[in-house]
Amino acid sequence: MDKAVSFLSFVILYGVSYGLVLFLISIGLVLTMGLMRVVNLAHGSFAAIGGYLCAFLMNRYAFPYGVAVVASVLAVAALSVPIERVFYARLYGASELDQVLMTVGLMLATAATITLVFGPDVYPSSLPGVLARNIDLGFRTFQAYRLFVIVLGVALLVALWYVFDRTSFGALVRAAVDNPSMAESTGINVKLLFSATFALGSGLAAMGGAIGFAMLPLEPLYPFKYLTLVLVVVVLAGIGNIKSSAGVAVAVGVVDTTGRYLAPTYGAFLIYGFLILVLLLRRLGAPGRGIA
Amino acid sequence: MTYRILRRGVHPAEAGYWLALLAIFLVFPTHLSLATTALIFALFALSYDLILGFAGIVSLGHAVFYGVGAYSAGLLALGGVREPISGALLAGLTAAALGACIAPLVLLFDGLALMMMTLAIGVIFYEAANKLTWLTGGDDGLHGIVIDPLFGVFRWSVYGYTSYLYVLGWLFVLFVLVRTIVGSPFGAALQGIRENTTRMYLVGAPVRLHLFRVYVMSAFVAGIAGALSAQTTQFVGLEVISLDQSIDAMVMLVLGGAGRLYGGLIGAPVYIVVRDWASAWNPYYWMFVISALLIAVVRFGRRGILGAADGLADAARRYIARGVP
Repeated sequence: MDKAVSFLSFVILYGVSYGLVLFLISIGLVLTMGLMRVVNLAHGSFAAIGGYLCAFLMNRYAFPYGVAVVASVLAVAALSVPIERVFYARLYGASELDQVLMTVGLMLATAATITLVFGPDVYPSSLPGVLARNIDLGFRTFQAYRLFVIVLGVALLVALWYVFDRTSFGALVRAAVDNPSMAESTGINVKLLFSATFALGSGLAAMGGAIGFAMLPLEPLYPFKYLTLVLVVVVLAGIGNIKSSAGVAVAVGVVDTTGRYLAPTYGAFLIYGFLILVLLLRRLGAPGRGIA
Repeated sequence: MTYRILRRGVHPAEAGYWLALLAIFLVFPTHLSLATTALIFALFALSYDLILGFAGIVSLGHAVFYGVGAYSAGLLALGGVREPISGALLAGLTAAALGACIAPLVLLFDGLALMMMTLAIGVIFYEAANKLTWLTGGDDGLHGIVIDPLFGVFRWSVYGYTSYLYVLGWLFVLFVLVRTIVGSPFGAALQGIRENTTRMYLVGAPVRLHLFRVYVMSAFVAGIAGALSAQTTQFVGLEVISLDQSIDAMVMLVLGGAGRLYGGLIGAPVYIVVRDWASAWNPYYWMFVISALLIAVVRFGRRGILGAADGLADAARRYIARGVP
């Protein structure tokens, strides 16, 4: 019984917090794939830059954690606007191969830049004392950090739900996801909407990278390492499906954590086997159609 | 842009290319191990060109076949089948058999879903190779692969003379095979599918069957490339079956020019040489160079080095036709 409680609390705390970080990183990609129809393999770069920047501000300039997170999120969002204009704007409507090549190029450029600035090893990052200390539940201790991630993740989730479901910006985005050309012909400035959504998605990824650096260590190949997991979330949620991506991300986090806990050897197979199954079921359920 | 669908005759530049590969053997005898690697990757990129360049299948998991070919060749040699040519052939056939099993699954999809499917299959094979340590050696890889002298005569020296010519021989034979396939009506049908799949369905072409066949052929060639890497380096590491390996093949191919027979054959040596040169400078910074090349290729039209060469040749021809001003 004790073992079961201990296991459940582990899965919930670690799986859910991990899933929420995945959600923050993936939501931008869900949006950009849904809105701009761009397979952005470089999306993880924004999370990496956010994480590095946050840790750097704390290490070098002794920024408090909260300030460093906000600063890095804003910086990445601002940085993403010129990047979208210069590199991504010409990918709208381009072939998938072009999109893959360009975004892989950007991903490699990020990895190289990170190496140049921060060196090839894992960049040291530490949580503030409040978050690093352990909380004792009686049957198990865990880091306060996990609880913090869950609370913040849920708060952001609610805020995002409000933005996309209740504000006119959200309505514009949903309209453009459903039918871009129709949205444009009703007078929506789709170009501006793309830039705004891209900045929002990049900022959220940076947030995921910054609050997740204690779970996903900062290293030059970060953008590459978590790419597959993020893509799994995006594909399982369905392109452009903002609502289900939160559920899927948390499910992926929990399944991945459970898999690694129960069967450390074969944990990784679970997620990807599940992905293949879902792709097949979706394909066989809708003959002649892709996943879009 | 015009497509030469059915190819007849041999362009003089082709003879030049193969003579240059022979010349490397004589001119750079101390760089043969790098040159051998380049040729193996050229073969791998050629196999990828069959599905990506000619049939338009954007797979992110092509390293599965390269890796399975490498592990098969390694295991065959460790198991006592030490004759190199039959070993490589068997490894290629193993990869082809795997391709025949995977193809129906992959070809259900197109576009992003196909990429995700191949990515997921690739990750599962990578994890399998990582975990099945009793079979693959896991992280440590397969060591101590010993193969018999080529034709029972030529020994595998540390200088890599035999390796280079052995790989060059395979590359030439398989290139001629691929050239024949691409130049055949079957090859024309593949390019039709790439350009307009719906229309190929409408004219009654067996699209699925064509794609299945080219996928298996591509797996066979990729498997042989993997086998050659195992045989010439006498080692198989996990990286042969990784996502990086698939992406590398894509980059090399596109760098040279996808959908061109010589795309991979030009792109792979350039990539390997640039990587070697940049890695000597700093092991990580070659990524800068490659990413700049990638972005440039997309930015200036996806025609690669060969496309750029064509453009230059056209400009020169026009210049000569106009007469010197």
